[in-house]
Amino acid sequence: MSSTTVAASPRSIAWQRRRRALAQAWGLYRRHVPGMIGLSVLLVVVVMALLAPVISSHSELDVVNTVDHQRWASPAQVPPLGTDDYGRSVWAQFAWGARISLLVGLAATIIAIVIGSVVGIASGFYRGIGSAILERITEWFLVIPFIPLAIVLAAILGPSVRNIIIVIGITSWPSTARLVRAQVLTLKERLYVERSRALGASTRHLMGRHIFPNVSPIILANLTLTVPVAILSETTLAFLGLGDPTRASWGKMLEESFKAGALTRDAWWYYLPPGLGIMAVVLAFTLIGTALEEILDPRLRESRR
Amino acid sequence: MNLRFVTRKVLAALATLAFVICFNFFLFRVVEGDPVANLFRGKNLTLEQRLELRKQFGLDGSQSEQFVRYLEQTVQLNFGRSYTTNRPVMSDIWERAWPTIALVGVSTLLSTVFGVMIGIVAAWRRRSKADYGWTGFTMATYAMPDFWLGMLLLVTFAVTLGWFPVGGITDTGSDATGLAKLVDQAHHMFLPALTLTLAYLGEYALVMRSSLLETMREDYLTLARAKGLRDVVVRNRHAVPNALLPVVTLIAINFGFVLSGAIAVEAIYSWPGLGLLTYDALRGPDLPMLQGLFLVFSAAVIFMNLVADLLYSYLDPRVRTE
Amino acid sequence: MSEPLLSVRDLHVTYGAEGKAGVPAVRGVSFDVAAGETLGLAGESGCGKSTIAGALLKVLPPKTEIRGEILFDGEDVLQMKPGRLRAVRWTEMSIVFQGALHALNPVQRVGNQIGEAIDIHDPRAPTKARVAELLEVVGLPARRGGDYPHQLSGGQRQRVLIALALACSPRLLIADEPTTALDVMVQAQVLRLLEDLQRDLGLAMIFITHDLSTLSYVCKRTAVMYAGRIVEEGEAEEVFASPAHPYTAALAAAFPLIGDHSHRLNPSGLGGDPPDPRAIPSGCPFHPRCSVAVADCPNAAVELWPAGDGRRAACVHVLNGSRP
Repeated sequence: MSSTTVAASPRSIAWQRRRRALAQAWGLYRRHVPGMIGLSVLLVVVVMALLAPVISSHSELDVVNTVDHQRWASPAQVPPLGTDDYGRSVWAQFAWGARISLLVGLAATIIAIVIGSVVGIASGFYRGIGSAILERITEWFLVIPFIPLAIVLAAILGPSVRNIIIVIGITSWPSTARLVRAQVLTLKERLYVERSRALGASTRHLMGRHIFPNVSPIILANLTLTVPVAILSETTLAFLGLGDPTRASWGKMLEESFKAGALTRDAWWYYLPPGLGIMAVVLAFTLIGTALEEILDPRLRESRR
Repeated sequence: MNLRFVTRKVLAALATLAFVICFNFFLFRVVEGDPVANLFRGKNLTLEQRLELRKQFGLDGSQSEQFVRYLEQTVQLNFGRSYTTNRPVMSDIWERAWPTIALVGVSTLLSTVFGVMIGIVAAWRRRSKADYGWTGFTMATYAMPDFWLGMLLLVTFAVTLGWFPVGGITDTGSDATGLAKLVDQAHHMFLPALTLTLAYLGEYALVMRSSLLETMREDYLTLARAKGLRDVVVRNRHAVPNALLPVVTLIAINFGFVLSGAIAVEAIYSWPGLGLLTYDALRGPDLPMLQGLFLVFSAAVIFMNLVADLLYSYLDPRVRTE
Repeated sequence: MSEPLLSVRDLHVTYGAEGKAGVPAVRGVSFDVAAGETLGLAGESGCGKSTIAGALLKVLPPKTEIRGEILFDGEDVLQMKPGRLRAVRWTEMSIVFQGALHALNPVQRVGNQIGEAIDIHDPRAPTKARVAELLEVVGLPARRGGDYPHQLSGGQRQRVLIALALACSPRLLIADEPTTALDVMVQAQVLRLLEDLQRDLGLAMIFITHDLSTLSYVCKRTAVMYAGRIVEEGEAEEVFASPAHPYTAALAAAFPLIGDHSHRLNPSGLGGDPPDPRAIPSGCPFHPRCSVAVADCPNAAVELWPAGDGRRAACVHVLNGSRP
């Protein structure tokens, strides 16, 4: 090794530190048992959704193809999950339905988080009329109850996966915005932001170096806790008949099973699996979110000092 | 709590209500321009039918004329006539409001009481088996779609075991009155109330738990114990009242939201409330009904938010004595 | 000589000890306090002095391991049954906490909080009158009892806490950093109040602080703590005038300048930080920061050795008679 080593640039030091912090965070996460359980369950569901074409047949979803299949077959008669009132394979609906539930959950959450974060940061960081208006709008949207608004929007826009994603995204951003705004306001009061300003730091610098890195953990934790809400919302909307009629989803399975009288027929294989699937995914995200919250809250901040 | 404070809050609530009223109008117009075309998608309409429908919708005249007419009507609580029943929307809403309020009221009460109790036990004995057990239970009930839970309860207790009726609010054809009628209604309300209670108690438990955990870190609890108070007294007299503050507002706010959140559950149990009304209105779609319901639901939330605000400022002496 | 009022013998306190490694906050502390006597406990934050206060009344968090003896009037606090312990708390020993905002219950009026202490131990006492009396003793008008904590200033809250601590006429008062959060002027008032009360009521007092100037004002004797142990003890004035332990010397030599906020965070003016209780240096725990450390220090098993009349210090130099 040479005796004169070139000092690493500040940027590479920063990146090294970030990588180390990430590795540390992952190490902490790995030891968090509920968090790992949640992650594993989520992985199983994602794999199942991705492999849907492989593990089940898409044609089984179309009524046209199942005209001559046995109706209301139990899993004993038609493994693995029997058939519904049209003779369609319940297992195929379950596997393919996972895709929609996950897709809507994630996509809607991303929309909600992006809008919410932008609005939250803007209204927290800037003063003046603009930010006051943004704050007012956030408060107003928080007041409008979700389901009626979603119903109206879905009824007007028409049922399709894209529209459902938009509807849920539009109705979910306010709570993120409020959370982010509160965090930005606390951050603004921290001394180092003031000092940076006094040093003449530009807004871009403040945003990039101070605000954003300190808000991202909150946003990340909020993201994992918003996905369950989005998935449950999709389920409810689908149950109310506002889902995409051409695509199988877990919510749609519940809608159809209810309408077709699966309850009185005791066709448990039709309504039990989708509910359990939703529970599993929601629990998985909740556990992951709790693990992230615990990790990001006191510990990482200590080690970064 | 001075008058100025109250007035300020009430005015803010009214402003929000005004916003919602305007928003309601534009929601049905601006989003995609021609509601008639949207809602009667796929049905062939003659020009005459179109014009007639537009008139019925109040879509004739310019936008601003429509808007003014809408405002006038709204202030008089005239939301038009339902497409399915042709009765004034408001009378349908009025009729169906009480079953929902009763159902949601009872459920909120029960889920609050039990949720708070569970939260207290879980926090006070944190990291014990009791804590993990209760937290796991509440996480599980929170993760379930509330109407799916309703389906399970319905199948188990009504269809299979026959302990409870399968739906509705009274036994059809029965003309019981007075106490017998109330008992019958309560019997019908049991399962839907149980469903909603279980669905919402998780949130209260979790919030109470984390609120109490935060309170437990405060110095004044150590002081209370040092004074010679018994552990239970420290908990109930010092920790819980402080920890309850955020929960109280949550209750009030939730009540507003649950009013509209019980739609799916009411559908499952055929409970003749606003939820079922909404569910049926979606079939049409019964546009005036939906519009009226949207306004009513939003107004309920605004009102309960105001109640929550005032309640909190009354209960927390730090806010009260400003 | 009569028995001391309080006698602490070989006290060990370990936080979070659940079979796994706990955090040793106090590692073998012994001291006596006679009736009516004042003892100061000095040291930086983290040295274990506040833990001792909690241990004396046994109000430390659950899952904290306490070993040793705490003899109050001959009775071991650590062996008391819960009922007896609750009866002894506040009536024999009480604590004056730092008057931060959340030392008092935010949603209860301060008069009621004082009254509660009285009612617990003597349900038939004329509570309202007593509360008014106590408030006046600490220099507050009686009507302040109807206020909420957030309506009082820092100094007023501290006085309320003192009144509260006196509510059941204890024999020993433990004051844990009672003036740290206050401005200098208010500090002086509160110190004077404590001094007067101690004298008039014949209270024994343990005064815990990092601020040496206030300590020598109020206390006759003092013990200096470092890393969970006592490193020097003796008459307060003498200890600070001619310290026997290098750490005490550093503490005493660091004159705080007016407006120097850093003094509070680093009262000794020494480089480095006090050791993490989970990683205490071997031998004499002070040796990494000590200016007169010798080769032997990391290995020496230091104890409190006599260093003059009524004085002891845990330094090898004292043992060797080679005091600086």
